[in-house]
Amino acid sequence: MSTIGTPELLFLLRGLGWTLALTAIGFVGGIAFGLVVALVRVARRRWLRTIAAAWIAIFQGTPLLMQLFVVYFGLPLLGVTVPAWGAVAIALTAHASAYLGEIWRGAIQAVPLGQTEAAHALGIKYRSLMRDIVLPQALRLSLPATIGFLVQLLKGTSLAAIVGFIELTRAGQIVSNQTFKPLIVFGIVGALYFLLCWPLSLWGSRMERRLARDRR
Amino acid sequence: MTLDFGVVWARWPELLMGLGGTLFLALSGMILALIIGVLGVAIRRSHSRVGSALVIAFVELIRNTPFLVQIFFIFFALPLAGIRLNPTVTAIIALGLNGGAYAIEIIRGGVESIPKGQTEAGLALGLKPGEIFRKIILKPALRAVFPSLASQFILLTLTTSIATSISAFELTSVAQRIDGDTFRSFEVYFTITAMYLALSWFIMSLFALISRAAFTYPTR
Repeated sequence: MSTIGTPELLFLLRGLGWTLALTAIGFVGGIAFGLVVALVRVARRRWLRTIAAAWIAIFQGTPLLMQLFVVYFGLPLLGVTVPAWGAVAIALTAHASAYLGEIWRGAIQAVPLGQTEAAHALGIKYRSLMRDIVLPQALRLSLPATIGFLVQLLKGTSLAAIVGFIELTRAGQIVSNQTFKPLIVFGIVGALYFLLCWPLSLWGSRMERRLARDRR
Repeated sequence: MTLDFGVVWARWPELLMGLGGTLFLALSGMILALIIGVLGVAIRRSHSRVGSALVIAFVELIRNTPFLVQIFFIFFALPLAGIRLNPTVTAIIALGLNGGAYAIEIIRGGVESIPKGQTEAGLALGLKPGEIFRKIILKPALRAVFPSLASQFILLTLTTSIATSISAFELTSVAQRIDGDTFRSFEVYFTITAMYLALSWFIMSLFALISRAAFTYPTR
């Protein structure tokens, strides 16, 4: 039994670093693939839309923890050997692509149809229609929900602890087992998450209010 | 690469029991969350400033920390407070508190969407504020937010898998036991992922039925 001193706090902060790294990888990867998912989801060909809808339904209908497990144990079966953090990053990216894809699908469809019709009347091609007209407006509309999902993802990285990867929550478990002070340790861990997530949440809801005001 | 689902599927009675455990956790968690949600909104609408502040603090605290940290905290905090509960009950409490925080925000949005004239009409008819909340505001508010509440509760169902971390009885903990016996990790988790998918579809259609039964008014 020991006390919580500088080494323990530093250990937690190193875990925090990994939490931030996982969140960043998952979010950046999720943005890239999520854009693809959203565009395929509103594609003109029906079978493409069906594939994207299935991708979204699978990730929204199963626990993130299972997605982590399936990727973590599935990759070696495919002959791919990646470190634990790599498997977690891949799973988080796929997870984020489905959720962000669905958020942006809604936003793309919320852009008034008249915009698309006007572009057609002007003879603008599909690529330019999406890139220059629809997506910029859609991304603005989707900003609050996107920030909300970022908070969701940041909290979701804690599940990497269950597959044994040492991020903030796993670091907390280890320190808690060493010091036998679970309440203080998980209190600190919770406070660290809160300090990261709360400003993001506030930013998201401020953005939402501003968008609602602009619409009036 | 050889896959062997046989050894996993041979354990189907345990898997079904686990699925039942998950369903039990999810439904109990939802009921608790709904109660907390309605109570929280009632407190925020009462004119108690301290009560309102406490509800807001609770909502922000829960919504901005991971469920895994919350469940650990509750799991270790309850015994120190002299309360000994089995892991499954602890998990239900954690799920209810977590879902409740989200439910408060969702239901509050619905309550605020009810025109003020309805409250005034209730007052004019001589109803008490409590009666107005229960009979005039709550039902249409719940109807307005039912889709958001339903998707939040699907999320709660999926979150039950995290209860494995405190060894509550549910599908993921059963899977971890089978994994430990058979070393067929991928096959086990792939199988129960499909089971979770089926479960979330089942609960979604359950919500569609509830919505049709409870929230349709005669239009003629």
